[in-house]
Amino acid sequence: MDYEIETTMTLNGTQVTRRIAARTHLVDFLREEMGLTGSHAGCEHGVCGACTLRVNGDIVRGCLTLAVACNGKTIDTIEGVSDSGEAAEMQHAFHERNALQCGFCTPGMIMCAIDLVKNKPAAKREEIREYISGNYCRCTGYHAIVDAIEAVLISKQRLGGKS
Amino acid sequence: MSQDIVNSTTTTPVAPVVDRPLQAPGTRPQTGYIGKSEPRANAKRLLQGRGSYTDDLRFPRLAQVAYFRSPHAHAKIKKLDLSKARVAPGVIAVVDGYAVRDICSPWMGVLSHLKGIRSPLQFPLAIERARWQGEPVAAVVAETRAQAEDARDLVEAEWEELPVVVDMRDALAGQTVIHEELGDNICFHRELDTGEVDAAFAKADCVVEESYSFGRHTGVCLEPRIILADYNAGEHSLTVHHNTQSPHMMQQLFAKHFDIPEANIQVIAKDVGGGFGIKVHTYPDEMCTVALSIMLRRPVKFVADRMESMVSDIHAREHRVKIRLAADKAGNILAFDLDDLTAIGPYSVYPRTSGIEGNQVVNLTGGPYKHKQYRAKLDAVFTNKNVTCQYRAVGHPIAAAVTEGIVDAAAIKLGIDPAEFRRRNLIRDDAYPYTFPSGIRFEKLSHHKCLDKLLEIMDYPALRAEQAALRKKGIHRGIGLASIIEVTSPSAAFYGVGGAPISAQDGATLRLDVSGMVTVLCGVTEQGQGTDAIFGQIAATAVGVSLDKVRVLTGDTRVTPYGGGTWASRGAGIGGEAVLQSGKALKSNILDVAAAMLNVKKVTLDIIDNTIIDTTTGEKKLPLAEVGRVAYFRPDTLPMNFQSELTVTRHFVPREYAFTFANGVQGSLVEVDPDTGFIKMLKHWCVGDCGTVINPLLVDEQTRGGIVQGIGGAMFEECMYDERGQMLNANLADYLVPMSFEMPDIVTAHIETPTKTSELGAKGAGENGTAGAPAAIMNAINDALLPFNAKVRDMPFTPERVLKALGKV
Amino acid sequence: MKAPKFAYAKPATLPAALALLDQHGEEAKVLAGGQSLVATLNMRLSSPAILIDITGIAALSGISTANGKVRIGALTRHCDIERSAEIAKSVPLLAQAVGQIAHAAIRNAGTLGGSIAFADPAAEWPACMLAVDAEFIIAGKSGERRVQARDFFKGLYTTALQPKEILVAIEIPLLGAGYRSAFLELARRHGDYAIAGVAAIAKLDAGKFRDVRLAYLGVGATPILAKGAMAAIEGNAYSAEVVAAAQQALGRELDPIGDLYSAPPTKTHLARVLTGRALAAIAA
Ligand SMILES: Cc1cc2nc3c(=O)[nH]c(=O)nc-3n(C[C@H](O)[C@H](O)[C@H](O)COP(=O)(O)OP(=O)(O)OC[C@H]3O[C@@H](n4cnc5c(N)ncnc54)[C@H](O)[C@@H]3O)c2cc1C
Ligand code: FES
Ligand code: FES
Repeated sequence: MDYEIETTMTLNGTQVTRRIAARTHLVDFLREEMGLTGSHAGCEHGVCGACTLRVNGDIVRGCLTLAVACNGKTIDTIEGVSDSGEAAEMQHAFHERNALQCGFCTPGMIMCAIDLVKNKPAAKREEIREYISGNYCRCTGYHAIVDAIEAVLISKQRLGGKS
Repeated sequence: MSQDIVNSTTTTPVAPVVDRPLQAPGTRPQTGYIGKSEPRANAKRLLQGRGSYTDDLRFPRLAQVAYFRSPHAHAKIKKLDLSKARVAPGVIAVVDGYAVRDICSPWMGVLSHLKGIRSPLQFPLAIERARWQGEPVAAVVAETRAQAEDARDLVEAEWEELPVVVDMRDALAGQTVIHEELGDNICFHRELDTGEVDAAFAKADCVVEESYSFGRHTGVCLEPRIILADYNAGEHSLTVHHNTQSPHMMQQLFAKHFDIPEANIQVIAKDVGGGFGIKVHTYPDEMCTVALSIMLRRPVKFVADRMESMVSDIHAREHRVKIRLAADKAGNILAFDLDDLTAIGPYSVYPRTSGIEGNQVVNLTGGPYKHKQYRAKLDAVFTNKNVTCQYRAVGHPIAAAVTEGIVDAAAIKLGIDPAEFRRRNLIRDDAYPYTFPSGIRFEKLSHHKCLDKLLEIMDYPALRAEQAALRKKGIHRGIGLASIIEVTSPSAAFYGVGGAPISAQDGATLRLDVSGMVTVLCGVTEQGQGTDAIFGQIAATAVGVSLDKVRVLTGDTRVTPYGGGTWASRGAGIGGEAVLQSGKALKSNILDVAAAMLNVKKVTLDIIDNTIIDTTTGEKKLPLAEVGRVAYFRPDTLPMNFQSELTVTRHFVPREYAFTFANGVQGSLVEVDPDTGFIKMLKHWCVGDCGTVINPLLVDEQTRGGIVQGIGGAMFEECMYDERGQMLNANLADYLVPMSFEMPDIVTAHIETPTKTSELGAKGAGENGTAGAPAAIMNAINDALLPFNAKVRDMPFTPERVLKALGKV
Repeated sequence: MKAPKFAYAKPATLPAALALLDQHGEEAKVLAGGQSLVATLNMRLSSPAILIDITGIAALSGISTANGKVRIGALTRHCDIERSAEIAKSVPLLAQAVGQIAHAAIRNAGTLGGSIAFADPAAEWPACMLAVDAEFIIAGKSGERRVQARDFFKGLYTTALQPKEILVAIEIPLLGAGYRSAFLELARRHGDYAIAGVAAIAKLDAGKFRDVRLAYLGVGATPILAKGAMAAIEGNAYSAEVVAAAQQALGRELDPIGDLYSAPPTKTHLARVLTGRALAAIAA
């Protein structure tokens, strides 16, 4: 029986191959093996959203994803979307509105927020609240986070309208 | 400080702003960054996932510990067999309470100023007996956390279950006693009586009485508790990376209980993922982790996972309160009479004790009002549940809810609108300084200004009209108000006088660097509140540099001045003042150097925008970088007997008042579905007075976060236990924290009544939101339920409780 | 907490998966989206010797329509259903329900089959399956068998699936014109499992309810098809009396297990309220 499996994934654009213990969830793999400590574990049972990252372009719970199950898949983390500039506008909006305090929920929140922009470009406040409802933040009152995402959506809509 | 901010909002427009100049004497006033919504510099790296939280650090030879915890609420450890665990793969050591006891001395959570408070000695790992489900019993150290958990599953324990005390009323009755040596289950008892209370009730036209209950909560910081202890036998030194709110306090405690000289101990708290009072206590598992590092002579890390956090992070706020209020028919409150019973778990938590929360309820109940008679009784009792201790807004949400709940009850009975009733009874804005019947003194509060502003931003009359119209259509909205007072920036009267090794004072060191930049070091810590950011703003303003020139460092006992850290909303009021004073001193010293360089009188110079200028002409004289260069590299060019001092430290501690009280008022609009008992929070408003607002952007979201935490307690959160003392919802799926979808938009506004006890004038702003939200929500729900003659009194207000109140189930 | 040690295999075909299941028997667990299973592993609530990851079996995903039936592969994710125009058109009840399942990140991984196999009585899909009268296609070593949704849910987290079987697909008969549906649930927080909920379908025929199906979640050990309430409505037009009769009948057929925050009477009460609202929505 295989308790460790050789796994190859495209991690933030770079192909990596590692032997990974089957029980290791993706967040632990990224943090412990790859030094990508931006993804956080707040519960490890799928509720808090601190571990939100992308697998094959879709946001998922890193803590409920086995690293070995990512063989052949594309993984994007907060480090990746920061370095590529993909999240820059959202990060800027979060910064401007102080949509973070301790920052522990923030990487997951950003991953969710940029996914929202992609999937629900016309979302209103209520829908924004719904979309991020799986991401727990103890520090902010969510209000500023909603403000930040709304601001990005509005600016994108304006740009879209102009072109 | 900006002239217009102060004039437009301060309660005393007559008091000229020059009372509290933010500039060095003899220099021109500068607006600076105080009052500006500046985004936080340190937030950018967090946004990119580049924080350095304790669990992000990497160490050679790092071992990880997992704890075997008591599955029982009260049981004798008959046998503990660690042999199988010891030989499991990757295991480094497995120890029990006896082994650790030799390394770490026990502690006792009592304070001398809480007269009569008692608690037994507590050890890092339970010895002979476990007294709550989740109490650590054995420690398993392994190469990885997973291996430690694997081995933990091999620990074999034989237990003899003992009778448990779960209900606080049973604890008070004392049929079963948890600690035989104490004789009963009472940890702390307090009574307060101004006298004449019975007389006030006898002559009252209106007497109302209510009983409220409050669920147990826990903090649920998204980042769990983490400690990484690294003992170095070669120098008998201890480095602890710890996501604590109070590094210097922990340094003291480690020194004392591990018998290591304080100077050999460094506690570092870099990025901390939320605190809320959870990370400011002595936890047995954390003390044990340090002990293990000493025993094993290597770094050992403990990361609480979420499920063990739920049974080991402190809980708070389990209260049953009976309260009575007497008023005359003109609507004047005459007296409050309070009876509070609270359950604190099997130990009073060290070193802050578990008596403070109840004590605060006694101190604060009735706080905004001008009655003269007050009587209160408190019992804090031991139970076999997890321990409770200070959690954000300690005691405030209880005091505010019972006060504001009974105030509404009186208003309704007297037929007076709740807003009007508050207006009649809130302490007048010109009545300060004021001594409240519980003995606490208020320097200056602004209840009426806040209430007026709140009613204005809510458009209260329109809301009432809308409510009436909707009621006719079967839509049941409720409007709730809650005025509160908030303990902030405490003096040594809070802990120090009782013997706790906790600094009420804080210090700040400011240094002008060669390039003209300013480095700030402060003992207050950052858990996301924006402490670093406001210190930057204050320092930049005080010295005269632009914000981009300031760097702030906190959270390292070896680097920062001595201080208390972050709790009780003390960061801005105490740390901020220390930074301000230090900044003024640094500026003065910089000007000394500049005057020597330019060979002019110091009074002719000022620093504006990183530049030394001539105050009379405004002419730019020198860039600060030039001052730095000369002071550090070319002191030979300065006059012979001149020595530059471009690093200065100043401290601050409030002394005049025990607490720098802040105040505020909240409004809540809810809609109750009388068929389902579901409550929709439509909107929430808060007007707070935290004195000088240093950064509105930060205060606003701090307030909102606090409100949402308060809403959590009112609507969702409760640590539930069964009759065997087993926690039933010790995970995040079942313990319901507030999430974005159910939360309302929250409108905030400020009144600024700067405290005169400091030059900065800032009071705290961290707990106002949490303090008042449950009260406002409860009153709003009960306002909606008024036509049904129904009322809720037990938090959290679950749909079932609402349906029960409505008689539907 | 970290999951206990287990082995892992990812077969590429159904026969290979079944062979592995056969080999490891009760020691093995099928891994689909992992949104329930990995959470329980991380809590050390179960400790299988091996996980058999079936997500590599392409044949188990996808939505197609043929012979008057919509076929949904067991591995079809919640989000695939959410985004499917075909589902919105042919089985609108599923489109109405899907947004209430957890959150976007979980819907991107969790599968229809996993949810049905897991059979949480408060989950949306099992109740919906009763309402749409679904048939489950189950594969085992000895071939395929079919089980009606109404015969599938046996008890709390127990189903007609045998340990060595895999749920392959779900087939839903297409409904003709005139059918309407409503999905309503009450959860404390958006995305939580519901306290109570109802999946309702009926044909509105000259203002009268025909072929009524009312399936409930959160009010019993299994999802419940409330035949008594359905009978009380069948053939009637919407009226307060009809609603009351259905609500009364419900009291006899629901057998809620209390959860942490709601006792059985509360759940029954809420199911009744939702029944009235669902009927009103369908009649509207
Ligand atoms: C925070 C959170 C909130 C949630 N909220 C909801 C909610 O509101 N409503 C809801 O319905 N669900 C909810 N879920 C659960 C989610 O919908 C899961 O996706 C679903 O229950 C299981 O699907 P899965 O594909 O993830 O299955 P897995 O977790 O992979 O498997 C679940 C079980 O089913 C078995 N299994 C899976 N597929 C098959 C198959 N094809 N054949 C045989 N056996 C199989 C597995 O062996 C396992 O025992 C929530 C989950 C989380 C983490
Ligand atoms: S850590 Fe994954 S959801 Fe909490
Ligand atoms: S910023 Fe701290 S949890 Fe969101």
